[in-house]
Amino acid sequence: MNVLVNGERQELPAGARVADLVPVERRWIAVSLEGEVVPRSAWDETELAEGQRVEILEARAGG
Amino acid sequence: MSGDRAFELGGRSWESRLIAGTGGFRSLDAMERALAAAGAEIATVALRRIDPAAGGSIMDVLERLGLFVLPNTAGCYTARDAAKTARLAREAFGTDWIKLEVIGDDRTLLPDPVELLRAAEELVADGFVVLPYTSDDPIVARRLEEAGCAAVMPLAAPIGSGLGIRNPHNLELIVESAAVPVIVDAGIGTASDAALALELGCDAVLVASAIARAADPEAMARAMRLAVEAGYVARQAGRIPRRHYAQASTTDEGIPELA
Repeated sequence: MNVLVNGERQELPAGARVADLVPVERRWIAVSLEGEVVPRSAWDETELAEGQRVEILEARAGG
Repeated sequence: MSGDRAFELGGRSWESRLIAGTGGFRSLDAMERALAAAGAEIATVALRRIDPAAGGSIMDVLERLGLFVLPNTAGCYTARDAAKTARLAREAFGTDWIKLEVIGDDRTLLPDPVELLRAAEELVADGFVVLPYTSDDPIVARRLEEAGCAAVMPLAAPIGSGLGIRNPHNLELIVESAAVPVIVDAGIGTASDAALALELGCDAVLVASAIARAADPEAMARAMRLAVEAGYVARQAGRIPRRHYAQASTTDEGIPELA
């Protein structure tokens, strides 16, 4: 299936979950799926579906 | 006035009245040296798409310096986007503090007060400590305070413009009626601007570009720290009134007849 990860199309096996996309070893990360927050505690169980939009965000310098 | 210079913000006490922005530095190393020189306790961060190629993280630096992380909603143009960004920031950084920015226009980067108020109401209801970046409009500031914001952060001038305090009178009006801290955010160009903000009675200033883009950010950070302290002490000391004509500081008594 195809999922849009940070604006880029990625092909993933069926049944892929949020945790498969996130560099789990990194702290200070937030994930949004279809515009809604997916808390870290739910990354393992949240399955992705065809065509969904995932945003994986981290800290960046800013005022 | 006692030696206690702390101020209350979001239910906590802070010693430093200089809040540091982290955007615009040439490198993380330059940022680290400047933040240390600024003596700030709070630093802002933004939330962006991960960069798999990134070396060090800004968070390592902030952690090393023991800084309190204040996420922002930079780049949001609607209440909806800002509220979502705030919730993502809460998840990423484990804090319910948010510097709320809702921009109305990409040329001026001025706040959109209608969307800002809407976002503030929503986030306060959701338990956030909301610090809104706002225009220097006393009525908007009052509405934000009534909405439950923990502070109001009026601009001195547009973000990154370095124009200094364009409307000191408005800032005075905001200070006069606000029961929450007033923090000047955006538009500071150099140390005297920061000092003036404190002299006008503002509780703190947030400085980003003026330090980050200075020729020597570390030195400017130190200048800002001193300016904020000077401005605060001057405010407490009570300045003399402005007079139209001169008033001699030396007595007229005992002037000799020399003609």
